[in-house]
Order: sequence, then structure tokens, then C-alpha cells
Amino acid sequence: MTHHSLLRQITDYANRANPYPLYKELHNTPVLHEEDGGPYLVSSYWDILSLLHDPRISSDAANLAAAGADEMGGVAETGLPPSFIRQDPPEHDRLRRIANRPFGPPHSPRKIDSMRGELAGIVSGLIDGFGQARQIDVVDQFAYPFPVTVICRLLGVPREDEPRFHTWVEPIVAGLDPDTGKDDAERRRGAQEARMQLGMYLAQLVEQRSKEPTGDMLSELVTSHGPDGPMTTMEVLSTAVLLLIAGHETTVNLITNGMLTLLRHPEYLERLRNDPGLVVGIVEELLRYEPPVQLVPQRTCIADIEVRGTTIPKGSKIWLVLAAGNRDPERFTDPDRFDPDRKDIQHLGFGSGIHSCFGAPLARLEAQIALSELARRLDNPRLVKDPPPYRQNAVLRGPRHLLVDFDALRP
Amino acid sequence: MTADDHLAWLRCEGRIVIVGASLAGLRAAETLRAEGFTGSLTMIGDEPYEPYDRPPLSKAVLLGKASARHTALPRRRDVDAKWRLGVAATGLDLSAQRVRLADEDEVEYDRLLIATGVRARPWPKEAEAQLDGVFVLRTRDDAVGLEQRLRASPRRVLVIGAGFTGSEIASACREQGIAVTVAERGGAPLVGALGGVIGAVAAVLHRENGVDLRTGVTVTALEGDPAGRVRSAHLSDGAVIETDVVVVALGATRNTEWLTGSGLGAGPRGIACDAGCRAFDFRGIVTDDVYVAGDVARSPHPLFGYQFLSLEHWGNAVSQAEVAAHNMISASADRRPHMWVPAFWSSQFGVNIKSVGVPPMGEEIMITQGSLAERRFVGVYGYQGRVIAAVSFDNTRWLDFYQRQIETAAPFPVESPTVDRRPEGRRPIPSDFPDPSLPSHGPTVTLSGYSPADRRLVFSPARR
Ligand SMILES: Cc1cc2nc3c(=O)[nH]c(=O)nc-3n(C[C@H](O)[C@H](O)[C@H](O)COP(=O)(O)OP(=O)(O)OC[C@H]3O[C@@H](n4cnc5c(N)ncnc54)[C@H](O)[C@@H]3O)c2cc1C
Ligand code: HEM
Repeated sequence: MTHHSLLRQITDYANRANPYPLYKELHNTPVLHEEDGGPYLVSSYWDILSLLHDPRISSDAANLAAAGADEMGGVAETGLPPSFIRQDPPEHDRLRRIANRPFGPPHSPRKIDSMRGELAGIVSGLIDGFGQARQIDVVDQFAYPFPVTVICRLLGVPREDEPRFHTWVEPIVAGLDPDTGKDDAERRRGAQEARMQLGMYLAQLVEQRSKEPTGDMLSELVTSHGPDGPMTTMEVLSTAVLLLIAGHETTVNLITNGMLTLLRHPEYLERLRNDPGLVVGIVEELLRYEPPVQLVPQRTCIADIEVRGTTIPKGSKIWLVLAAGNRDPERFTDPDRFDPDRKDIQHLGFGSGIHSCFGAPLARLEAQIALSELARRLDNPRLVKDPPPYRQNAVLRGPRHLLVDFDALRP
Repeated sequence: MTADDHLAWLRCEGRIVIVGASLAGLRAAETLRAEGFTGSLTMIGDEPYEPYDRPPLSKAVLLGKASARHTALPRRRDVDAKWRLGVAATGLDLSAQRVRLADEDEVEYDRLLIATGVRARPWPKEAEAQLDGVFVLRTRDDAVGLEQRLRASPRRVLVIGAGFTGSEIASACREQGIAVTVAERGGAPLVGALGGVIGAVAAVLHRENGVDLRTGVTVTALEGDPAGRVRSAHLSDGAVIETDVVVVALGATRNTEWLTGSGLGAGPRGIACDAGCRAFDFRGIVTDDVYVAGDVARSPHPLFGYQFLSLEHWGNAVSQAEVAAHNMISASADRRPHMWVPAFWSSQFGVNIKSVGVPPMGEEIMITQGSLAERRFVGVYGYQGRVIAAVSFDNTRWLDFYQRQIETAAPFPVESPTVDRRPEGRRPIPSDFPDPSLPSHGPTVTLSGYSPADRRLVFSPARR
């Protein structure tokens, strides 16, 4: 091959800062299959949406393993069963229902909203902590610590243990990166190992909570007594791993991408400062324009399916490129423009269908509070480096650092 | 005036009258304004209230979670209309383009939209229907009255008819610990809408939630005490139910009587219109200034062999109103067809039920995901080798897929594997609908033949 395949260009770190021209190229071939045994890339909004609702598409880790990817989350090596993001119904549905009991409606309809004050407090604390500095790293000083603190409190994981579990989270998240490079097998082994360590760490907490419940989600999960019965201890552990990781490796990018985008479009930063209510539309447009989860690489089809005249054979891997669907000109007028005033923003940022983001209400609230407070309190913020350095990951894409200068901190 | 001039004049200065000020009427009015209509707009409604939403009346309102007085429909925009509320339209003069009102007034129109919906079929014996404690549930006033009685700790509520509305009422009673008996002529709840296979699941739901469900029976008489309050009900099997609240949930009747003699193709099954929402006259000729939308309309659907469909679906009312409004003020070439795929939802006994397509057309059903016994599943209905409808219990998120299967006439039985397919879902089984010519609580979607001038009360859909 003379050209590098689009898939390899997308996973290539060199294109991390701006993958959007590549996604635009994807739109020329809405179902792209470049290599034997490689995945089928789907990039149009409507196709992705319908595949997310297609019962012939599986998220089951075992199906994916059979399709050739040596999947993390496999039962054999770690002893930790796959979490529900890697399972199909009925197991997926049962575990998600149990996990949802302490988290959202119908059983806990006010849970997230009741955290509003607490979230605002954490945000104020972090911003006050900038002190006399006139330059900050939005990632390290704000966008990372904020959601970590939140998910720790929600789950009941001691915040001060963060340095410990962070060393396990890193390789797990790296294992999610579908980099097709040579160190793949090693990376996956590292991820499995880390996942087991994290599971063991959480097992101690779970053990404690089963004896002395403290009202947090870990306690609720081990003592769950709803119509679906309890989760097994192993299921509690893999669910906790999932929530801990999903809860902080995505929101950090939404907040950072958000600040970066606002600094690139200062008119919106200004408008947000004057009218905090605009943040709702801004966050939705960000989820479309710079989605923290760029693509969903963990689907296989369990039957031959036809998408736009192309037959994807049974057993193939499918990548749903959410970020490309979010900029599909068939769906959005002027898709490359950041426009929070869009009338109809419905995006794929949280996926859709039965696996659609479990934490979406929390993620939205976190990002809304974080961005409106940054806009309100930083006086004359300016980007130090554009583009900023990015994290390695092609799936969970976002800046590694985001340096911002400003003149003063408003009270 | 050329046709173009006429349209320009109509959009600018024309007079549009909407009869029926509820969901379809309001959404049509909003669409007219949104699309630039600046002429005069008159909304005629016989209820004294601004447009309100009905689905909550049998759900949140009966549970006391929402007040019947606060179910006003959210407004999408200002409609700048003359509201004639509390006045019924009593007649239509097609040639003079005039609507007669109950207060003797007359309103002229250049374009008319009829959205008079349906009303609850009352208890057929008038004296018994008058008894204190006997209710139907269609309007806000009905809901206020019923809700008050439920608050007053009734000994037992009797629901006659186990269609969607009847089942939702029974569910609301049980959720509040009120004893309830449901009497249903068919073999199970929801059989008219979803067939006997699904009906059997609904029956289990009723019984598990403590409903005293009596199927295969009819109520033969309601009895009152000397003060005129309902006291008991007699069933066809000889049983007597002591009760002080009776809710008659026997389906609906189209509000078309006011059009009798007008020359429109209006009858007990609704008003026939073409795919562009233009009403037919009784000769089967389409009018160009009278449009129909919502529950009162019957319109032909290409996916279902161009038979006329009568729907009592919220989503249909909205979509058809938007299309009708658009077409009323558009040139022929710019008109759009109303091609909504029927979709209906209900929540009862903690289960979300949703259907797409036309289940009563289904000869067979196949449980392609989940299991009937767990009460979480998707069932797919087949008609002459193609997918014609689907129903889900607590599995709504898959239905978009099945809707596309219906739209593309995908083959039935569904051969390809699906996630969560159980052994019970490998083969289709008869869907077991009752004879459609028997009156029941009403299936909410009815095929009503090919004739635009259909005036028969009972029509048998074209099934073998
Ligand atoms: C209790 C209940 C629960 C429901 N639940 C669901 C549900 O869960 N899902 C779902 O999809 N659908 C549901 N529906 C159905 C849904 O509400 C209807 O499809 C919808 O209301 C139809 O709107 P419409 O405007 O066509 O008719 P309607 O809402 O019936 O409005 C017609 C209006 O016209 C008025 N009118 C009639 N005759 C005249 C006249 N001669 N002059 C002036 N005005 C007149 C009527 O009084 C009424 O106000 C439910 C309905 C009820 C009653
Ligand atoms: C901006 C932040 C977030 C984004 C963009 C995001 C995005 C997504 C996406 C795209 C999926 C679908 C994956 C798939 O289809 O396979 C998903 C699933 C999930 N998310 Fe999020 N997420 C965010 C924050 C969160 C938070 C804060 C939590 C936890 C509290 C969370 C928990 C989950 C879980 C548990 C799933 C799996 C759901 C399932 O399989 O049923 N997410 N998320």
C-alpha cells in the first residue's frame, strides 16, 4: 500500500490534534473496510444511529475476541468478568438496572440534581486553589481533579487513594486505545493486569461496605435488594471499575475540549460570562463538535448486515465513528462550525440505544458547572499554545495539558 | 387571480378556521404561523379549556402526581389566534365555506382544518350511565372527577374494558392500594390492540399486581342505591361486584356527528382524507379547502396496502397536524404526504409498552428478543411474509430497528440472529387476535378498508 490507510491515520498520534479532515474523508466511503480482518468503519450519522439500535450488533466481549481482537475484559486471564458495557442483553440490562437503582430514575430520580451544590463547591474550591498564579494548566489543576473527586464521592472511594488507582487506570485506558501498532499484545496484557489490581483494591472497599454500608454507590451495589436481586461480588467489582474509569476519563476531556473551544471562539466565552444559562446549549454543541469519546470500537455483528449497499459479513468488527457522525453534512448544516445556537443539536456524543451513556446526566451537570464557573471567574483568559499537546488515546481524545494565561481571578 | 397569486393572498390575508382545539388543532396552528401564515386564525373548541394533554390523565393525574388542571400543552410558539372556546361547531356548509356554531354564530373560512378527535364511548344504558360514581375518561373534567373519587377511599373500583386506558386506570388504582376489578369481554387485556399472545402477558401483569381480572365476561347491568349512587355491577357469568366507582373504558367514538349532511365523507369511523390530509367528500372526491388531522382522521397508508388507517395515537396527531398545516398553505408541488408509521406507548404496572406498525394486521408473532415470562421482550408481527408491526415490553430502545424493518417490508419470520434471542423466539406462533368484528375496547389502530365514503360501523380488516 502506498498510502497509509485512513484507519491508521486516525489512530496515528500525529493526527490527534485535528482528526476532523480524516473524518471528512471517511464520509466519502460511508462504510470503509481497508484491511482483511480489520474493522468496518461507519461514519454517517444515520447509519451509526441505526446500528446502535440494531439487535444484530453485539457488544459482547466474547464475540469481539472471536473476531480477532485479544480483548481486555476477557474472563480467563483476569478473573474479573466483563462489565456491562461489554455485555449483551439480558445480562447487560440486568446489571445496568441494578447499577441504576442508586443513581437515576425511576428509583433515585433526584440523585444527580441533589449533587448540584456539592459539585459547585468542589469547582469553587479548585478555582480558589489557583491562588496568585496567573497561568494554569486546565487539565491538571481543574478538569482532571474535578470529576475524579466527584466519582470518588459518588462511589465511596477515598479521594486520597487517587495516586494509587491512577497508576492502574492509565494502562486500562491505554488498553482501550485501538492503536494498531506492534506493542498491542503487551499493552493489552498491561491493561488486564491493571484491571485486576484495581479490582483487588476495590474488593477491600466492597468488603468493608458490605459490613458497614455508608450510603454511597459501592454500599448500595453490595446491598442491592431490588427486583433483580443483588449483583455477585465479581459483578460489583467490574461495575465499580467501569464507573470509576468512565466517570473520570471522559469528563476531563469534555471540560478541557470545552475550554479550548471557547478560547478559540471568544465571542461565546463572553456570552457565557454574561448569561450562564447558555451553558446548556454550549455543552450539547461541544458533545457534537468535540466529543470526548471519538469512536466506539467494540462492536461485532452476529449476522450479515447491509449498510448502504455494503454487506458487512457476520463476525466482523465494526467501528462506529461518533465524531464523524457528529459532523455528517447529511445531518448537520455547516457541520464544522461551532454553533451553540443550533436548533437541533441531537448528537452521538453519548452513543445511543441500550449502551447509551449511563453517566450522561452527571457528565452534563459537571461540564455545565465547570465551564460556566471558569468563564465567570477567569479574567481575560488566553490560550498559551494552540494546538495544545494531546493525550495518546484516539478513542478518549483530549489535550494532555491546556495552559491558559489570565489577568485576575474574579471572586 | 392565478394560482400563485391566490396562494400568496391566502398566506397573507386568508382566513383559516380550526375546529377542535386540542393536540392536533394546536400543533397545526403553530405550524401555520411558523410557516409564515399571517392571515386570521380562529380556533373553535367545545371544551372551555386551552389545549391540554390527555395521556397524563390516565397516568400521573390518577396517581395524584400531577394535577389535571396543570396538563396544558406546552406551546411551541405564539399562535395569535381568535379563540372560541366552550362553543361547539354544529354544522358545515361546504359551498358557502362556513362553519355554524352552537351559539348561532357562523364563521367563514378559506381553509378549514377539522381536528375534532374522539370521545369516550359511554355506557350504553343511559339511566345506568347517569348513576353517581360512573365515569368515562377522556377529558380533564372526567379526570378531576375520577381522581376525587379515588382519593375518597372507594371500597372497590370496577373498570369495564381492559384496553390501554382501562389497564392504565387499573394500574393507577393498584399503585395506590385501591381494590379493583377489571371486566373484559375478550380473553385477556389488550387483546384487541396486541393479540392473545401478548394479552396473556398483560393478564399476568394485572393479576400479579392484585387486580381482580375477569375475562370472557361482560357487564350486564349497573345498579344504584336509592340516592342514585352506583352500588354494584352484574356480570354475564352471574357474578355481582360490589363497587362504588365504575369506569367505562370501552373505546372511543369519532366526533363527526356535526358533519352529518354536510357532504363530507364523514362517518362513525372518522373522516376520510388523502395522504395530504385533504378531506374526501361523500362521493370520494377530494376537497381542496377542507383538511383533517388527528384521531378523527382516516387516511390511506402506502405501507399497509393503502388501506385507510384510523389511529388514536398522540404522535400521529402531532405529525398529521404538521403535514395538514403545511399543505393548507402550500402549492400542490410543495405538499407533503403524511406517512407516519403508527407508534403507540403506554405505561402500566411499572412496564413501558410500545408498539410500532399495525399489530392487528399480524397473523403471527415471534419473540425476537427477551422472553414473555420475564415480561421484557420484543415481539414482531408478520403479515403475508413480511414484518408488519412490533411491540416491546420494557425494551423500547430497539424499536427504531423494527420500525425500519416495517418500512422496508423485511421478510417474516425473522431469520437472522438477534441479541438475546431465546429458544422460544425461534419460531413464529399465531398472534391470536379476536374477531375484529366483535366490539371491544378498541385496538387504537384500525384498518378501515379502501372506501373513502365508508360509513359502516364494523369493518373486518383484510385478514384471511
Ligand atoms: C386517558 C387517555 C390516555 C391516553 N394515553 C395515550 C398514550 O399513552 N399514548 C398515545 O399515543 N396516545 C394516548 N392517548 C391518545 C391521545 O391523547 C390522542 O391521540 C390525542 O389526544 C389526539 O388528539 P386530537 O387533537 O386529534 O383529538 P382530541 O385530543 O380528542 O381533541 C379533539 C378536540 O375537539 C373537540 N371537539 C369535538 N367535537 C367538536 C365540535 N363539534 N366543535 C368544537 N370542538 C369539538 C373535543 O372536545 C376535543 O377538545 C390517550 C388518550 C386518553 C384520553
Ligand atoms: C463527557 C463525559 C462522557 C462521555 C462523552 C461519555 C460517553 C459515553 C459513550 C459514547 C458511551 C457508549 C459506549 C458504547 O456504546 O459502547 C458511554 C457508555 C457509558 N458511560 Fe459514559 N460518557 C461520559 C461520562 C460518563 C460518566 C461521568 C459516567 C459514570 C458516572 C459514565 C458511565 C458510562 C457507562 C457505565 C457506560 C456503559 C453503558 C452501557 O453499556 O450500558 N460515563 N459513555
